[in-house]
Amino acid sequence: MIDGFEQVGGVHPGFRRNHAKGVCISGSFESNGQGVSWSRAAAFAPGQMPVVGRFSLGGGNPQMPDEPTAVLAMGLSLRPPGGEEWRMAMIHLPVFVVKDVQGFYEQLLASKPDPATGKPDPSKLAAFAAAHPEFVRTMQVIKDGPSPSGFATANYNSLNTFRFVNAAGAGVPVRWSMVASVASAPAAPEQGKSPDKSYLFDDVIARLARGPLQWHLIVTLAQPGDVTNDPTVPWPADREHVDVGTLTINRAETEAPGNCRDVVFDPLVLPWGIEPSDDPMLSARSATYSESFRRREGERKTPSAIQVPVAGRGS
Amino acid sequence: MTITTQPRPFTPFSRILHWTMAALILTTLFIGIGMVASLSHYHTLISIHRPLGILILALVAIRLVNRVLNPPPPLPEAMPAWQRFVAVGSHVLLYALMFALPLVGWAMLSAAGYPIVLYGPLQLPPIAPQNPGLFATLRTTHTVLALLLFATFLAHLGAALTHALIYRDDVFPSMTFWRLRSTEGAGRRAIPPTGNR
Repeated sequence: MIDGFEQVGGVHPGFRRNHAKGVCISGSFESNGQGVSWSRAAAFAPGQMPVVGRFSLGGGNPQMPDEPTAVLAMGLSLRPPGGEEWRMAMIHLPVFVVKDVQGFYEQLLASKPDPATGKPDPSKLAAFAAAHPEFVRTMQVIKDGPSPSGFATANYNSLNTFRFVNAAGAGVPVRWSMVASVASAPAAPEQGKSPDKSYLFDDVIARLARGPLQWHLIVTLAQPGDVTNDPTVPWPADREHVDVGTLTINRAETEAPGNCRDVVFDPLVLPWGIEPSDDPMLSARSATYSESFRRREGERKTPSAIQVPVAGRGS
Repeated sequence: MTITTQPRPFTPFSRILHWTMAALILTTLFIGIGMVASLSHYHTLISIHRPLGILILALVAIRLVNRVLNPPPPLPEAMPAWQRFVAVGSHVLLYALMFALPLVGWAMLSAAGYPIVLYGPLQLPPIAPQNPGLFATLRTTHTVLALLLFATFLAHLGAALTHALIYRDDVFPSMTFWRLRSTEGAGRRAIPPTGNR
């Protein structure tokens, strides 16, 4: 899997093999207690806990230019009282475009830029799409939806299904989203023409310099029969949504030793009370992130393309 | 002094520890090999591998204390010096690896900043500073030591079977729960060692 990322994005020593371009963020999560009915996780008891995280773009190249079609991602590590940890790795897409690891790998290879043209080979993409009807279906869902104007206004989705288990031992399949409190504005067409190769990052860094940004953690509860092992299948819109707390991000900083750079946003670092579902992709993500970490951490580091101006912070 | 000529087996407690740990170590080794090769079952397998490793660490500590309190039976007097050296050396290596592998695994997860979850809310504190470079080194060390443990296990098994099937001396029965022959000395002479198996 990691070999696939290295083939397509190139090997960029020291960087993550996917979501290579990013910036560290930090803040807090304030639980409102609503989640306690569904999960015994300490993170849902009313109260506040520190959070470190990372905004990033999907793709293995740490120097890739920001563009309107980029996949925006939010990785988080919540540290509730008691020493446990809850990590999340979410992206702005409402559904994932492939249903399993094999599909993801094939998509990765099919979208590898042709050295002659610098663009993916259309015949390979067409062959991939023909073999993966779920890819065609989900790409349509994504195209039909608005594309977010930036990191600050995007909503971030867990995509894969998890299981909440409450104090009585009762479990329910869930998906969750971090929903921006700033009204989500669609991307303006001129944004993609910006000469700034990191306009998405510069925008959120500038916003954070002006004040904190907030998201609501919205948990969606499954009904019996909802698909839990395929992240390409959305759940019906009428499923119960529970707002369990508020994420406040108040600072961005350049990736550096000791901050988010050295955290693996492994979606299976879960507290007691949240479990993986039967979706095999979750385990594959966990394994792949771990291998990426082993490879990149044995390498010498190069500075991130995203540098947060220190003088601009908090002023 | 007829007592010294009687073959003395390991104590029952030592034998229980030996066979329990043999099963646990083999299971953990194979789960380890399986989990790094599997994407879909990685999480389930590592969730078993991690507490098993810690269980082995706890048991090997008990076992070392037990070995001091109940020393193993002496090696056969007829054993050549080089075989004694290999026997002692390989056991030192086995003990060292039984301690080192779980400790390196634990330290490796600590260095990576992963929580060391045993089961449910039960987790262990980190035993190494969070340092990604250290993680990369320990991660590779863990694999190398695991392969070395497997190689040492195979040598140990080979030696045990050599004693059981070819030398037919008191070494193998000293660790089993049954006696191969009612009278050891007579049995050895009655079935002479043969090399044609």
